[in-house]
Amino acid sequence: MAKITKGAPKALSANRLKDGIVVFLTKGKSWSEDIQDVAIAKTPEEEQALLDTGASFAAINDIVDPYLFDVEQNGSEIKAAHIREHMRTKGPSVRKDLGKQAGT
Amino acid sequence: MYRYDEFDAQFVKQRVAQFRDQTERRLSGELTEEQFRPLRLMNGLYLQLHAYMLRVAIPYGTLSSKQLRKLARIADKYDKGYGHFTTRQNIQYNWPKLKDIPDLLDELADVEMHAIQTSGNCIRNVTSDQWAGVAVDEIEDPRGYAELMRQWSTIHPEFCYLPRKFKIAITGAPNDRAAVAFHDIGIKMKKNEADEIGFEILVGGGMGRTPVVGVTIKDWLPKKELLSYIEAIMRVYNMYGRRDNKYKARIKILVMALGIEEFRNQVEAEYDKIESPEVILPGEEIGRITSYFAPPEYQKLADTDIAYEEKRKADKAFASWIATNIAKHRVPGYAIANISLKPIGGIPGDATSEQMYAIADLAERYSFSEIRVTHEQNLVLPYVAKQDLYALWQGLVKHDLATDNLSLVSDIICCPGLDYCALATARSIPVSQNISERFADIERQKDVGELKIKISGCINACGHHHAGNIGILGLDKKGEEFYQITLGGSADDNASIGEIIGPGFSSDTVVDAVEQIIEIYRDIRQHKKETFLETYRRVGPEPFKEALYATD
Amino acid sequence: MPLIKNDTFVKDPWQYLGDEDNITNETDYVIVPLQRLTKEAGEFQSKISNLGAALPNDQDLQNLKPFLADVKLVALNFPKFADGRAYSQARLIREDLGFEGELRATGDVFPDQAVSMMRCGFDAFEVSENVPLETWKRAVEILNHMYQRSYAVSGDNIRM
Repeated sequence: MAKITKGAPKALSANRLKDGIVVFLTKGKSWSEDIQDVAIAKTPEEEQALLDTGASFAAINDIVDPYLFDVEQNGSEIKAAHIREHMRTKGPSVRKDLGKQAGT
Repeated sequence: MYRYDEFDAQFVKQRVAQFRDQTERRLSGELTEEQFRPLRLMNGLYLQLHAYMLRVAIPYGTLSSKQLRKLARIADKYDKGYGHFTTRQNIQYNWPKLKDIPDLLDELADVEMHAIQTSGNCIRNVTSDQWAGVAVDEIEDPRGYAELMRQWSTIHPEFCYLPRKFKIAITGAPNDRAAVAFHDIGIKMKKNEADEIGFEILVGGGMGRTPVVGVTIKDWLPKKELLSYIEAIMRVYNMYGRRDNKYKARIKILVMALGIEEFRNQVEAEYDKIESPEVILPGEEIGRITSYFAPPEYQKLADTDIAYEEKRKADKAFASWIATNIAKHRVPGYAIANISLKPIGGIPGDATSEQMYAIADLAERYSFSEIRVTHEQNLVLPYVAKQDLYALWQGLVKHDLATDNLSLVSDIICCPGLDYCALATARSIPVSQNISERFADIERQKDVGELKIKISGCINACGHHHAGNIGILGLDKKGEEFYQITLGGSADDNASIGEIIGPGFSSDTVVDAVEQIIEIYRDIRQHKKETFLETYRRVGPEPFKEALYATD
Repeated sequence: MPLIKNDTFVKDPWQYLGDEDNITNETDYVIVPLQRLTKEAGEFQSKISNLGAALPNDQDLQNLKPFLADVKLVALNFPKFADGRAYSQARLIREDLGFEGELRATGDVFPDQAVSMMRCGFDAFEVSENVPLETWKRAVEILNHMYQRSYAVSGDNIRM
């Protein structure tokens, strides 16, 4: 996972256990494949709350390896700050027909 | 090629059953991810950037048409219609679901294939020369010994929890096409003074963050002692290899720390404790296994085929493909046909299921149903009669498989990089695609001549950049992709590690830099036959540095 | 720690003796760290009839050699599942040093590794409290075909 910056807004990502697909923790404490649905943490307390929720889902084997990553907000659009995490929100840049960007 | 007997079939079926049990225990929560991770890795299953990735072993790169069809079917049924051939002669699927893996493995077992030990800190898929058995320079076909090592290393009770992964390669020819000097153990078949064929054993080679060319630990080893000698090396490594730091855990670090003399002494001391080589490798087993690799039933053909020669004269595109992609065969009238998986602007090593089916059919028709996978991420049909080459080529053209670029600029080794890999620091495929597009004109590539470009998306060097004549390493510099260039690396029998040429380049400028390096080479080569590597070895880095970093 | 031998839980008569624990004439069935055993060899050899030795996995086996005739048990350690040094130690203790007493696996002993451990010469396994015997047995039975010869295992299921 990419390095995170102290103080930057953050969201929580993981992979679904059953199929490995990248998912993001939503405000409603469920998991979405779309980064636009994420819950954003702006304080250390909110970050911890995301991590705790992630850990509780990992403990019941819904998802694996939850971790925080930096996000940027442009108006209503949410984007991963680092290229690595951005790739996870889209899919392989060399196969635009695959991954989340394929709009499946 | 090797065929499973009752024993092998039963073994692989049991291994699938074991993994099915482990998968079910994971899905039910009986196993935690921490417990399951090493178990799934032992069976080639990674969790990558976007999804799970399954790496299937293609032992020493040999496949039958039936097996390749199964790989195609798996791509369609469990994945997204394609697969990626790797530098270790494996194939990777990028999108399988954990819950489907046991069924997928059952289907593989039906065609005598598996994913055992394609990951984890164990002995990985044993690799070899893709031209084994057909190369003109070969001393002996190494595949029987590769198969012996495959069997011996499979779920070896002592060597499945090594300090780090362990890679073995073997070649039967003096011209090394298997990069043996860059393996933990590299094996070269060779004759001793009495003209007996045995093995030279190299140890401690590798890439990664500490690239090392392997050194000779045994100048000549009798065939029957192969497994016992390797067992002694493995035992020393298992007991004394570092486990405190994963970046210092490969055998090369142990060999360097002890020095080759002391390491050899320790191996010999362990070797002396092994009762007798016969216990580990019964003599009849060598004969039984090597007999599977007898040559196919070749036709008796004249070495020159008139119709083929006429086609070459008449069809320029065909002639160009012949000139680049065909290698001389040891049997008169036959040729080794290399299939490039590097179309201009394509993803190196990727093949669609449709292409896999097509190649399986062509191999069935023209190459005794056999296909080889190369560490340079291409495929080979090893037994094509010259009279069939034109028909084969036409078949390849139909499926975009006739790119005439073998060993040229656009025949690039490239890891999946940040497009797929969780460890990557930068993308590698787009760089490869851009270089390939820049040199789309094959005549220009031919004018440049043999040139090995190798690209890795992180320091782990899966794209072999250290061994590239031009090596490119993708790094992350404050969130931006950034590429370091090395020159002068080579994976052949005169192996060398590339030297960093200077400060790195951005993704916008790296292709220009590569082009500039190639243009400098064209200017300073002594004649058209002097390859890039020869020129570099003659002149060193200076002319390239001057041009790349000139401050005018 | 529960102890498994011959695929079933058994009562463990042995105790570990720490560096500070005193021994008396009644002391018996104790597993002693090899380092202490080396220092107080005479004392242990004269007073204790059932003696065991515990080795860390980076211990040179030459240090165990002088005691092999006296010890009835050798305990080897897997500090972590993935640390496989004790597999090699076990093979050497059985095959090179010829030890025929109990060879015990301790530490992170995971059912899925049991078969490899047995094939290297282990015959006793200290497992964590939450390993069901059923899981252990299934892990042992599920894969019985092997390519290599190995300790105390032979027959049609072994290839070489």
